Parts: sequence; structure tokens; C-alpha cells
Amino acid sequence: MSEPTVKCEEVLKHLIAYLDRETDAHTAAEIEQHLEQCRSCFSRAEFERQLKARVRAAGSRSAPERLRARIRKLVDEF
Amino acid sequence: MDAGLHSFFAEKVERLTDRLYGTALRLTRNSDDAEDLVAETVAKAWAKLGELSDPQSFDAWIQRILSNTFVSEWRHRRASPEVAMELEPEDGGDEPFSLYEKLHQPFLLWWTTPEEEVIAKLLREDIDRALHALPDAFRIAIVLVDVEGYSYGEAAELLGVPIGTVRSRLARARAQLQRVLWQHGKDAGLLERHMSAKAHNV
Repeated sequence: MSEPTVKCEEVLKHLIAYLDRETDAHTAAEIEQHLEQCRSCFSRAEFERQLKARVRAAGSRSAPERLRARIRKLVDEF
Repeated sequence: MDAGLHSFFAEKVERLTDRLYGTALRLTRNSDDAEDLVAETVAKAWAKLGELSDPQSFDAWIQRILSNTFVSEWRHRRASPEVAMELEPEDGGDEPFSLYEKLHQPFLLWWTTPEEEVIAKLLREDIDRALHALPDAFRIAIVLVDVEGYSYGEAAELLGVPIGTVRSRLARARAQLQRVLWQHGKDAGLLERHMSAKAHNV
């Protein structure tokens, strides 16, 4: 197996942008290759990915029944 | 009125109400304001329904209407000098912070994967509380990018700020969020197992 072409410092510098899908394709490919071979950076990436997923998931809420009724009434009037 | 279109709209809105309310609550931090925002969003969506070219993209489309409606109002309020200070945190004063690095301090490393355990133990309300505590500008950046999936460029355009400002707000917001979660982890005893075991080993 080939050695990672980029260093850990470089990966960590771009990791968040990578997880946000804000890096160019070349940088993303380099990071992916590095993460396949570096346990430390992979662990860090997984942590940030999971935290991001938890933040995203924590937003789900049951709407109050009064809001549901309000929306139904509003839509009925359209 | 096209009965089929109305039925399509009514079904979609009924199914999406929870999600719209969840996002609205995060943005407004107030249940009454969140309900008003959802109602305003639904009214706007109906008025603009003719602009929706692909019915399959309805979910993302109406979510964007909600975000746009909130941000438009927020930017308007932000122009008011008396609220500008609260809404726009000053530069500096907050250091970078990584929860992951905190969890990898030597006193925790006896245990194999402390970060996985802590992430798993965080409750939804812990994360909600941490988000709720963020200044508006930070919280909105997190909601747009992490929850709604906006690109940095899209968020910048919506907020009317340079893309670098979005990047900076996100970095500071995440640092602040992780700092609050770290403090909570300590206060709630999520790290006690590690610390007590360490004490026994010494």
C-alpha cells in the first residue's frame, strides 16, 4: 500500500472544510486517501462527523398540536 | 384552484410540519416565534408554488423559504443599532477549542475511545442547550450549514456577508459549542468513569 501523500497537519487543517464538502475534488481525494491509511486522523474525522450528525439530528421536534391545527386551517383557506 | 395541486401541497406541509418547526425553533429560540415563522413560510410557499419546477424538490424548497424568511427578518432587525451588539459577536476573545483534543488528554487516554463514549452519552437536550447558548450569528451559521446543508457560498449569499465571514463564524460557533459540551460533560459526570478509574490506578 502506498504511503499517504499529505501529512496529518495538512489533513487536519482542511478536515472541517472536507466534512462540509467545501474542498476541491483534488484535496478531497488526498484527504480520503490519507484517512484510509491513518488511524489517528480517521478517528478525528469520525468524531467530527458524528458530532455534526448529532447536531443535525437534535433539531427534530414534534410540532405542537395548536400549530398543526393552525396550518391545516391556513391551508384549507388557500 | 387545482384540487390536485392543493392536495399535494396539503399533504406535503402536513408531513413536513415537524421538521419546519424544529428548524424554526432553532433559529428563533422561541416557540411562539417559531410557530409564526412556520405559518408565514407555508403562506409564502403556497403563493410561490408556481415557481417550483420539480415537485420532488418540494422539501428542500420550503425549508429554504423558511430560512430565507427568518434571515431576511433577522437582517432587518440587525440593522437596528441597539440589537446589533447582541447579534454580531465581536472578533477575538474566543480561542480555538476542540472537544476531540480535550478528550485525548493523557488522563483520559487509558481508555480506548473516550470520544465515542462521550458522543453517545450526549443527549439531544445537551446539544440543544449548547446551540441555544450561541450568539445569533453563530447559531444561524450552524443551522444553515450543519442542519440545512447550505454550502458556505449559499449561506454567505443569504446572510449578505463574505464567504470568509461564514467560515469564521462556523469555526467560532463550533469551538464555542464544543467548549460548552466539554463543560457539560464534566458537570454531568460523563467523564467520571475515566477520572475515578485513573484515581484507582494511581
